[in-house]
Amino acid sequence: MQIGVDVGGTNTDGVIMSNGKVLVSDKTVTTPNVGDGVFNVIKSVLDKGKISADKITSVMIGTTHFTNALVERKRLQKIAAIRLCLPASDSLVQMIGWPEDLVQTLNPVKFFAKGGYEVDGREISPLDTDEINKIVDKISKTDVDSIAINSVYSPLNSEMEEKAAEIISKKLPNVKISLSNAIGKVGLIERENATIINAALSKLAEDIVEAFETALKNLNIKAPLYISQNDGTLMRPEKVKSYPVLTFACGPTNSMRGAAFLSGIEESIIVDIGGTTSDIGYIKQGFPRQSAVATDVGGVRTNFRMPDIVSIGLGGGSIVREDGKIIGPDSVGYMLTKKAKVFGGDTLTTTDIAVAKYNLKIGNPELIKDIDKNIVENAKKQITKLLEDSIDKMKTSSQDVPAIFVGGGTIINKENVKGVSELIIPENFSVANAVGAALGQVSGEVDRVFHYDKLGRDKTIEQASIEAKEKAKEAGAIEKSIEIMEINENPLAYLPGRSVRLQIKAIGDLENI
Amino acid sequence: MKELTLKNLDDFLRGTAFLGTGGGGNPYVGGLMLRQELEKGINCNLIKGSEVDDDALIIPIAVMGAPTVIVERLPNAKSCIKALRKMEELMGKKATALIGAEAGGINGTLPFILSSYTGLPVIDGDGMGRAFPELQMCTFGVYGVNCSPVIVRDEKDNEIIVNAENNHASEMFARVVCMQMGTKSEIALYPMTGKQMKETSVHHTCTLAYEIGKSIREARDTGKSPLNGIIDYFKTSFDKRFCKLLFEGKVTDLLRESTDGWAKGTVKLTSLSDPNQEMVVQLQNEFLIALVDNKPVAMVPDLICLVDLETAEPITAEDVKYGQRVNVIGVSVPENMRSKEALDTFGPVPFKVWDEYIPIEKIS
Repeated sequence: MQIGVDVGGTNTDGVIMSNGKVLVSDKTVTTPNVGDGVFNVIKSVLDKGKISADKITSVMIGTTHFTNALVERKRLQKIAAIRLCLPASDSLVQMIGWPEDLVQTLNPVKFFAKGGYEVDGREISPLDTDEINKIVDKISKTDVDSIAINSVYSPLNSEMEEKAAEIISKKLPNVKISLSNAIGKVGLIERENATIINAALSKLAEDIVEAFETALKNLNIKAPLYISQNDGTLMRPEKVKSYPVLTFACGPTNSMRGAAFLSGIEESIIVDIGGTTSDIGYIKQGFPRQSAVATDVGGVRTNFRMPDIVSIGLGGGSIVREDGKIIGPDSVGYMLTKKAKVFGGDTLTTTDIAVAKYNLKIGNPELIKDIDKNIVENAKKQITKLLEDSIDKMKTSSQDVPAIFVGGGTIINKENVKGVSELIIPENFSVANAVGAALGQVSGEVDRVFHYDKLGRDKTIEQASIEAKEKAKEAGAIEKSIEIMEINENPLAYLPGRSVRLQIKAIGDLENI
Repeated sequence: MKELTLKNLDDFLRGTAFLGTGGGGNPYVGGLMLRQELEKGINCNLIKGSEVDDDALIIPIAVMGAPTVIVERLPNAKSCIKALRKMEELMGKKATALIGAEAGGINGTLPFILSSYTGLPVIDGDGMGRAFPELQMCTFGVYGVNCSPVIVRDEKDNEIIVNAENNHASEMFARVVCMQMGTKSEIALYPMTGKQMKETSVHHTCTLAYEIGKSIREARDTGKSPLNGIIDYFKTSFDKRFCKLLFEGKVTDLLRESTDGWAKGTVKLTSLSDPNQEMVVQLQNEFLIALVDNKPVAMVPDLICLVDLETAEPITAEDVKYGQRVNVIGVSVPENMRSKEALDTFGPVPFKVWDEYIPIEKIS
């Protein structure tokens, strides 16, 4: 049996699953101390299901905490950023184009040093130990305790970053070090940005992971803990402590994967309606389609793998105005149970419309029995239009496709919308995100430049696939469950030897699922 | 546009990406380098070609290499300055102004970056009016300016001066050197007099880039369709160009391959209003030809630009993705890019995409 938990900004949801079935689920309020919220929801589902802690084989948690910390500029650390590049790539200093308030919060100390690689693997210049030691001396005179290291072409070769980290750790054993090769792909600036964000979150990462671990300990759960990554796969706590940034955007990924699982459909539109917004995405083979463009996180450009989603201001708490002709984008949010009319409040929300339209038993339906029918119809039309427009954006062909609706706000639409062949609201729709967390798989990845001239295309891809599968196995995947999830080939213009940047990802189930 | 400042930078960059017609390298990195300098309070002067004396020395500056490499090995300002100084030394004269070799993509930003360091003005124009992948594909050369000497250099002060028999050979030898330097070099090339610059440039392309970017932004800000913003702009633009929405569609197939050192590929689009109608766009670093029912609707050197359906943000060939909804816009190029000599150098025949050039306004 495994436990899936989703820690959102408002709610913390939990499920217990066994043999592909949801045994029990619950929703609780997210607490200021995240560990308490996790404790509460797990305790609640264990109690509800009368399941003892020793039956649990693994615990998977998805959290938006790190994204929120960056967006809210809270609990971020001061950092130093070292770029191994000289004499190249020094005409642009770190963090140009970042929001001013974030730069001030991180108060960065910036360095350039010799190092880095060429696209063909040659060194731009060798790493200079003395130079790194001098940088260490300078850092030790500041209050910086987290360092981001980024070498040119580190995704092709991580050695120089690792060597620099080793030198620094010897002199400054308590300083946290973030290496760019583990975080981003080719694209020096975007990768560096992500690495700096990661460095700024490293203390918070330790605290959060420890809070999760303490919660499990207090519940007498000895099963291993995993945390969701942005691509729907899982990380061990030790890795999260070093690479918290990889959890970014795991929320939408988890709810999309959960929706796919709950409905049994592998390719579909997913509509996740929350209290304030709806995320519309697309799944293929049960995994979200990834966004191909650079993504902004908290105003900073990065090259994370993010699910390709459209977010619109439509949720269960969206405010209804102008006789129902305007919906949202603002919402009463977590105040729904106080402000919505069916709860005795004075604000007309989409939930009130749904109660009137579908005769739902939410709050006190009597309170809206006199509502003008035209307002209800106008609002319903507008809700449908908002959904239709964004669903159409996510479709890759003009043919109708199924759409799975999940999330707490799902009640606001029960009718089929244009472009959708079948509207599916699965059982346990409101906790799809926690189900998605519980479904997490582990992955192994290869992302380098290969020369097809040497072995030919097929043989090269085959060997790289074996390497990716091997990495998935190292991450804990059962060998027979491992499969290749993704192969991306990007030819490098002008380079000899039919050079291609090959990205291959293998995924597999954890042994104890 | 009279000068490039922090105020008009974003509009300029958006227009530069548009003129890149899918290639030329994403101007993002160049834009950050400019922002870094402009934030120090520097403005870059832009002057009209006609303002320059006939005997002045004008030096084009560019970064050469693969767009995928330039995102790691960033263009280097110091190396650019040294390329410029070396060219001045060879010419025995100080440069009066800089000019871009290429208006589209990252090279649209490079003369301004160099200007921010040296104070030299930038001439409102370039040698391609868009982006092209090779050095000889340039109006400077088409109308008689010698590409050589080409100063090819890097941050390690490796500096090779290419003197070749013709412009095609200049490209060939410079490319070999560039690859040895890590597939990114700063280059100075096509040194020319003010008179040659006036006779051979594609004029006003910096202002054009800025005004395209501005038309998109202003349409967005006022709630109008950004696509109409672009189309309306060209109706009244200073150099009267033909501009048309060629297709409104969704990317339904995407094929990329590396052949002969080119990033080649095909983008297939399906119409949003009629699922039976398809457009095929062939690319070779840039978008070269757009076909509907196997008949061309626009071809190189006319501009074929893919922009986001909603925001009209230009999309580079590397960023095209499956399922994306785009508008394909075609724009005519000035007459000096359509002469026989020009088409022999960068028309559909040398690119092997069609056997004769048909101007966009005659097909569409």
